[in-house]
Amino acid sequence: MVLIQVLEQVINGLLVGAYYLLIALGLSLIFSLGGLVNLAHGAFYALGAYLAVKLVDVLGFGGVLFASPVLVALIGLVVERFLFRRFYREDPALGLLMTFGLAMVAEQALRLIFGASPLPFSIPQSLKGQLLVGDFIYSKYRLVMLAIAACAVAALWFLLRRTPFGRVVRAGVQNPDMVAALGISLQPYMSAVVAISVALAALAGVLLAPISGVHPAMGAEILTAAFVVVVIGGLGSFWGVVWAALIVGVVRGLTVYFYPAAAEASIYLLMVLVLLVRPRGLFGERIQRFE
Amino acid sequence: MTDSTSRVRRNVLKAGAAAATLGALGFPAISRGQAETVRIGHLTPLTGFLGPLGEYAVMGVNLAVDEINASGGVMGRKIELIAEDSVNPQTASTKAARLIERDKVVAIIGEISSASGLAIATVAQRNRILFFNTGCNSDELRGKSCNRYMFHTEAANTMYVYAAGQALLRDGMVKGKKWYSLTADYAFGHDLLKAAKRFMAANGGEFAADELVPTDAADFSAYLLKIRNAKPDLVVSNLAGAQITNFMKQYMEYGLPYPVAGFGFDTAVAWGAGKGNVTGIWPLVWDSQVKSASAQKFTEAFTKKYGKPPENQAWGDYMSTKHVAQAMNELKTTDSTKIVEHLEKGAKFDVMKSRDGYYRNWDHQLMQEMYTIRFKPANEVTNKWELFTLSAPVPGANQSLEIIAPTREDNACTMPA
Repeated sequence: MVLIQVLEQVINGLLVGAYYLLIALGLSLIFSLGGLVNLAHGAFYALGAYLAVKLVDVLGFGGVLFASPVLVALIGLVVERFLFRRFYREDPALGLLMTFGLAMVAEQALRLIFGASPLPFSIPQSLKGQLLVGDFIYSKYRLVMLAIAACAVAALWFLLRRTPFGRVVRAGVQNPDMVAALGISLQPYMSAVVAISVALAALAGVLLAPISGVHPAMGAEILTAAFVVVVIGGLGSFWGVVWAALIVGVVRGLTVYFYPAAAEASIYLLMVLVLLVRPRGLFGERIQRFE
Repeated sequence: MTDSTSRVRRNVLKAGAAAATLGALGFPAISRGQAETVRIGHLTPLTGFLGPLGEYAVMGVNLAVDEINASGGVMGRKIELIAEDSVNPQTASTKAARLIERDKVVAIIGEISSASGLAIATVAQRNRILFFNTGCNSDELRGKSCNRYMFHTEAANTMYVYAAGQALLRDGMVKGKKWYSLTADYAFGHDLLKAAKRFMAANGGEFAADELVPTDAADFSAYLLKIRNAKPDLVVSNLAGAQITNFMKQYMEYGLPYPVAGFGFDTAVAWGAGKGNVTGIWPLVWDSQVKSASAQKFTEAFTKKYGKPPENQAWGDYMSTKHVAQAMNELKTTDSTKIVEHLEKGAKFDVMKSRDGYYRNWDHQLMQEMYTIRFKPANEVTNKWELFTLSAPVPGANQSLEIIAPTREDNACTMPA
């Protein structure tokens, strides 16, 4: 009986991994290519959720799944053009301070515009309900959420691994100077990477809005866990982030089962252990300029 | 290189010193006009997870001050409100000291976090200035940490637990039943759990499990699977703020069949979840559905000014301000010590419910009726501000207000001299 319940938590933990994945992937991409630790990434996640709440009456849930990430990507392009771009070649501490400030400005802006109170948002009627498989219970909405997240991750993988665009991005991660020497400007690629990354965060915001609170601090709340996933997974590694998200989900689920009070602490402990054994993270590549 | 760095450093130092000087010069200018107005300080968290409640607190206190000033103020003088974000216990303590020493406020009203409340109370007592606690629930604040200058319009955690407990007793959810409780892992949650355990022990129920939830947990699916396997008679929430929203949304998502009750609750939480996303029985200190004349008048004025109805936190800060002004006007003094003596004699106050309340003399808790609420299914909700039905007042009309409050044995308070 206990074994079945543990197995149930493991499977659920894998689903929960999708919770962190969409945010962590973007975070990892922006850092790997631009060298920018984007502490404002949570703000794009929150913005995605807020846009969904505001637009859902007009566009429906299916509509906001597309519209919100697209709008956030456009905002991301503007932010990249006027802020991020100035910091790629600077001391990482400066970029850190800039995005930290941007995160605070964004959170307060959300508070000013939409108020401090959380905004109501529900699972669309057609996706409500549960699926019973033997003894196990699954929320239909989470299964749909998982499918959408999996599609987004697969599309990103294809883009990075199987297209000319992806080849330049990966080369840029490893050795930007060589890319420049070959006569390729990384700048347009960087703009695209930021737009894609923040769009993924916004997609996560839309997907999580029906099952968690939509409030100004939601971005700050999820960012720490997303960072842990990136660090555990290792920089520059696509699959590292994916694995790390799944492992974090499972570890958290098992801790809730055996010792719930330590549920959130467990993922930080996991990070410490991974870093002790593998300082570059699970699948971290050796990136010359970060050594 | 070194040279230029040190020059930069010197400039920064100079700028800092200049800013400090400017700040110091600024102080006297601000305290002008003291003779004409009565200053009242308001401190409450406006950022962080209590921010949404703080926003209502500020709306409540501003409306009260507007109304008091429109009807003649305090002893013919206008009230000047100085409202600030209390942020955290350290900042709350600093700001309380500044309000008293620099701005010469005659009373401080507000706060929601019990830790910050204790910090403000300590400063207020040292300076012999009134502090009206409008949102801190901690029993300990009324017990071990009580003091003569602190009064509590907010109900204590025990009152919340006993009020909801009365409804659960009525529904036969206590005796011989197994409860599964989730408790926020910090002082507030632990305090609720303590009162809940006392209640269960006295009424013959038991806990199937009582689990602690870290305050930063946002996903409850793992907990829900455990609850489902435990098959309890009742799921009990000792959670707080945004966590209640997340937990309830996900509880409804998984469609578990067990009834739900909770001991800590604020209406803003339910509004933030949306209709059909919260279920069960919860305690509440006040709601705009209360039918007393002053409650309706307050609801009307609030809705007119802010475009939405008030909730329990707005009520707390609005009413406390009214009580302070009323006491000052009746006694014709702003002296905190005289007001304390007056309140300790059991002065009656309109608390915007069906009967008057009074501040209990040994722990300064406002004795008042509470309510329980029951959430409506989504298809019965016609107004997004009215997601639940409100019970008759607890205790009932012919019962003593004391029966839901902690006793001296439960929560001893010895006022420091």
